[in-house]
Amino acid sequence: MRAAGLWSSLLALAAALLLPWYLTQDGIAQMPVAGLAWLSDPDYAPAAGQVFTQGRWWLWPALLAPGLGLLAALLPMPRAGRAWLFLLAGGLGLGLLVVQGYAIGVQGWSAPWLEGLFGPMEDRQFGVGWGGALVPAALAALLAAGLAGRGAFRGDAFTATVAVCIALAIAVFTALPLILLLGDAFRDAGGAVAAGALFGRLADDRLWSLACLAGAPRCGVVWNTAFLGVLVGAGTTALGLAFALLVVRGRLRLGRPLRWLTVLPIVTPPFILGLGLILIFGRSGIVSLAASSLFGIELGRWIYGLPGVLLAQLFAFTPIAFLVLIGVVEGLSPTLEEASSTLRATPRDTFQTVTLPLLLPGLANAFLLGFVESMADFGNPVVLGGQFGVLATEIFFAVVGAQADAGRAATLSLVLLAMALGAFFLQNRLTARKSYVSIGGKGDAGLAPPLPAGVRRLCLMVALPWACLTIALYVLAISGGFVEVWGRDYTPTLRHMIKAFEISGGQLTGLAWNSVITTVTLAAISAPITAALGIAAAWLFSRTRFAGKGVLEFATMLSFAVPGTVIGVAYLRAFNLPPLELAGTGAIIVACFVFRNLPVGLRSGMAAMAQIDPSLDEASHTLGGGGGDAFRRVVLPLLRPAIMAGLVYAFVRAMTTISAVIFLVTADTELATVFIVNRVINGDYGLAIAVAVVLIALMLVMLGLAQLLVGRRRIGRRLAVAPAIQQGGAVA
Amino acid sequence: MLLRVIQAAVAAAALLTVPGAARAQGSLNLYCSVQVEWCQAAANAFQRETGVRVSVSQKGSGEVLAQIRAEAQNPRGDLWFGGTGDPHLQAADENLSAEYRPAVLDQLHDWAQRQARDSHYRTVGIYAGALGFGFNTELLARRNIAAPACWKDLLEPRFRNEIQMANPQSSGTAYVMIATIVQLMGEEPAFDYLKALHRNINAYPRQGTGPIKSVARGETGVSISFVHDAVTERLGGFPVGSAVPCEGSGYEVGSMSIIRGARNLRNAQRFYDWALTPAAQQLGAETKQFQTPSNRATPIPPEAPQMSQIRLIDYDFAKYGASSERRRLIERWDREVNTLPR
Repeated sequence: MRAAGLWSSLLALAAALLLPWYLTQDGIAQMPVAGLAWLSDPDYAPAAGQVFTQGRWWLWPALLAPGLGLLAALLPMPRAGRAWLFLLAGGLGLGLLVVQGYAIGVQGWSAPWLEGLFGPMEDRQFGVGWGGALVPAALAALLAAGLAGRGAFRGDAFTATVAVCIALAIAVFTALPLILLLGDAFRDAGGAVAAGALFGRLADDRLWSLACLAGAPRCGVVWNTAFLGVLVGAGTTALGLAFALLVVRGRLRLGRPLRWLTVLPIVTPPFILGLGLILIFGRSGIVSLAASSLFGIELGRWIYGLPGVLLAQLFAFTPIAFLVLIGVVEGLSPTLEEASSTLRATPRDTFQTVTLPLLLPGLANAFLLGFVESMADFGNPVVLGGQFGVLATEIFFAVVGAQADAGRAATLSLVLLAMALGAFFLQNRLTARKSYVSIGGKGDAGLAPPLPAGVRRLCLMVALPWACLTIALYVLAISGGFVEVWGRDYTPTLRHMIKAFEISGGQLTGLAWNSVITTVTLAAISAPITAALGIAAAWLFSRTRFAGKGVLEFATMLSFAVPGTVIGVAYLRAFNLPPLELAGTGAIIVACFVFRNLPVGLRSGMAAMAQIDPSLDEASHTLGGGGGDAFRRVVLPLLRPAIMAGLVYAFVRAMTTISAVIFLVTADTELATVFIVNRVINGDYGLAIAVAVVLIALMLVMLGLAQLLVGRRRIGRRLAVAPAIQQGGAVA
Repeated sequence: MLLRVIQAAVAAAALLTVPGAARAQGSLNLYCSVQVEWCQAAANAFQRETGVRVSVSQKGSGEVLAQIRAEAQNPRGDLWFGGTGDPHLQAADENLSAEYRPAVLDQLHDWAQRQARDSHYRTVGIYAGALGFGFNTELLARRNIAAPACWKDLLEPRFRNEIQMANPQSSGTAYVMIATIVQLMGEEPAFDYLKALHRNINAYPRQGTGPIKSVARGETGVSISFVHDAVTERLGGFPVGSAVPCEGSGYEVGSMSIIRGARNLRNAQRFYDWALTPAAQQLGAETKQFQTPSNRATPIPPEAPQMSQIRLIDYDFAKYGASSERRRLIERWDREVNTLPR
């Protein structure tokens, strides 16, 4: 406890003395002020310089609090007194810094009553930089040391630090944006608080209209979204079930290629599928041209709207249902089915009355995942939706449209959030009510019965054409990047590739270089952070006990239930003004990647952790190790495969995200996915596909490398249980 | 090893906080609303000439306006290049852009100078282009439909589900169309026209150039777009024809504004001056964009539509560029037209 307090105080003090307090426009590496002058420069000075030379007295806590912590750690005193001092220094320092950050903004006092209280303020401050971020973080660690000293977290400073830091991070990057967004929905167009505004917008006919049932052209977007979600959920579940049954019990040798097929949609930038569908079924797509030249039938523009979006989402999300269901089917113990056939049930009866009911929780799970994924999907509806609006695109247009309406965007986000959370609660209730345990402690050496012939035929009839269609879709979509003009001129060309990735005169003049390099860099920065936070959180939630753990776990998982567009809007809302002025920097995108993908890392970490016997931790405790030792020396080495998988998954997800970041990119931080979607919207398909192909290739190489690394790792004489990367998708 | 880790961390840190690592000449954040090829060519040429690092973000003019508005307290962009004039005037109107008088102002065509005067020198014209129709000649021939020549032709049943225009909520092009119709017919008849037209429209894409791209690829028969965009597609090898409505048509004055509170003001002004020179304006034609450039000395390529031969209406930019009028018309369109059945 004393060591933790000492180190965190030292860190805070060093940051306050040396790191620039404010966000420097030109970065930490470029210091335009020569010599040591930056220590007192108004823009670049650390907290100490700001206080002493710039008269910014409100930054005193940044110096005093670490000083107090340091004194408490160094002076001899009883444990209780030291803990109290740590608590005081950490808590009060942190609190005062937060208060000053929000009280003094870009235009002096941020609220009129503050001005009335303290008189006019000449000075102003921008967002916090390295110093302003690190000092509060170190003070939080000091606070944690104090808490541990008071006996919280079973007196373990390491546990306390991890818990406090994660809680703080979740509060800032998940809870704060969502709460602010929630508040926006209650404001009217002028920004004044008006509870009626929410209800006015909620009652909007464009949301709830059911007129299409009576023959009108369109229904409200909420119904559109829900209807599409149900169709996609049902469709992906059925297709996924057919594939899973065939792979596990169909006596086919399709397992490996099918598994690779399931990876594809995960590494595909989200709208490439939609594009492939346009190239095939669009008005000048292959199918339409064939139909009109062979049969003289004009197929027209049917693909734009519900059919197209539905088809694209089925392609995109069936693999997820498959990954969920294959686990469930594999986990099914044959004992009950054997009992059933011993009782002379026909294979068909067994399948209907035993196998299917046992699969129910898995089916419910897959359905709800499909439902939620469909609701959160942005790329496909924006490309194929036509006049079929769903909430995710509607939110987008409420933000970028000519009448930028933050309140409407917030209200729509709330509706979407409510639907997603509702789906999750439903899932929990459905799967928690009955017992579906079929794996007991007793040995189950039985063999799973083969599929009844009829069921097998049905599955084959559904699955094989679908698999072929998927392959065809990918082949055609990708070839669209290598012909002159899809639909007109099929001369093979590398023109689009060159346009995107040209290098002339030693300069990267291609159109896509900037965005691809930014994407890879930001994904590479965020992946290790995501993996580390995920593993730390997984350890915290599955291996320690403390008050408020349930709330924290829920808050961490929250950002998964929140659709990407909502996260994007919320981030823009929360981080556009000081003190957390991250909008426009790469940092906000990294934060978005990290906290959006954290739940997945957390879940896979917890799953891996569940396989490690806690008695190993206890052994470490018995031998005198603290929480930190157990984590570092026991858990981490055993978790390496899971960490690797989490790392790669976070990287891949960051490379393919669009909905959450589309609002956060600027000229400098344009991401490849955003570049692609803009080209697609503009009809520039060749260029879009060329960039997408490069991204897919990059990610497949990453996955292959990771597979090699993870596959080789052995623990003792057993093969390590490596959660394959694909199963990251299952958790998602 | 440790050293290398630290180096990597510092490099990463630099990328995180720096909007663009500043080199000797500094940097410039460009919001660009012309075609991406032109944006990139302009950025590359300026970068080569001056050493200023230019980052380009290409978006429709409506989106850029929304972004500038959202960032007003804390602007991220420096310069807004291209896109129809109305949103630029609107930005000037809302005090989102900064006043600047370029040295070469008197070398520009009258319409470009008028744009500057109308906005109290907060924006300036860089090119002009007439609004018209683009159509896919092959598709129309296959379906035995005659090409449209006048605004009123578009209402005929032969174009049922064949026309695309951009969504005025996000596209300046579409707003020019609405404003043109209103000026040609008067507001009430104009909205009757738009309602009737709505029946024949199959989609309202987000960006102004979306419809003509659909025409080129045979996804739709007819589009309402700028004539020079149709020329671009034709030169790209697509069977695209174009026409200017017989009743007369409106036109856009593509503009350029410096964003108020720009962090790289000096570089933005440099770009502003540079972009008005004939050498810079030629880049448009080099990237196959055939708007009429605003500098009188810029050579006009033979493929470009000749503005002098087009019947243009006397477009009232001051009135229809004003924020309130624009918002009112778009809201009315959204309420009365966009919600109609087809």
